[in-house]
Amino acid sequence: MRRSLAEDLVQETLTAALTARERYSGAASERTWLIGILKNKLIDHLRRAGRETLLDPHDEVDDTIETMFQNDPGRHWQSEPSPWANPSGALEQQQFWRAFADCLDTVPARQAQAFTLTEIEGLSSDEVCKVLGVAATNLWVLLYRARMRLRTCLEQRWFVPEDG
Amino acid sequence: MATCKEVSELVSQRLDRRLGLRDRLRVRLHLWVCDACARFAQQIEWLRRAARTAGALEPRLSPEARTRIRSKLGLRR
Repeated sequence: MRRSLAEDLVQETLTAALTARERYSGAASERTWLIGILKNKLIDHLRRAGRETLLDPHDEVDDTIETMFQNDPGRHWQSEPSPWANPSGALEQQQFWRAFADCLDTVPARQAQAFTLTEIEGLSSDEVCKVLGVAATNLWVLLYRARMRLRTCLEQRWFVPEDG
Repeated sequence: MATCKEVSELVSQRLDRRLGLRDRLRVRLHLWVCDACARFAQQIEWLRRAARTAGALEPRLSPEARTRIRSKLGLRR
């Protein structure tokens, strides 16, 4: 997610919380209460963004993904996934997370939303389908395409930069 | 025999739903003989773990954003 968008959502959340502070019962911790409001703001935002892109002709075929496979009967990989060196070590490096964020930015919006909500936020498929307004089968396609793009991008940017 | 493209779709889907018996079998047979797809499967599973880790990291506001939001809310620093 863009940093400015994140900041806008935090600002909206704090404003909403301030306005509604009499309704804060103290039953949940302040943190839980605020995160609850933030989640709703995020879902509202994605609904709006989703509605804007809903009119796009639903991309039946994704050319980028198609070209990752040969046109032979076995639809073999055009370029086979390479072995990755020390993937767990990557998680501890700040630069890796920068590459991860940059790669996520190159993924088309709806695919990136599907991936972020499912994998980063950990929402259930049902919840993500509701937010994005798609059927489960469409969600699987969006997630597949997001993973394909992210994997390729990370491989090129992080795991296998040009040969020495 | 399933194609590499089909198998790449199925190993992605099996992260999101339980595959039917027939597809589970097709995937297993294919992964047995195809190193490229086996690697792909491991890597997108790793991608899921990486994303979960990212979700657990605490994002922090930049100092400028903090100041801007505070002043917007009428709070003094």
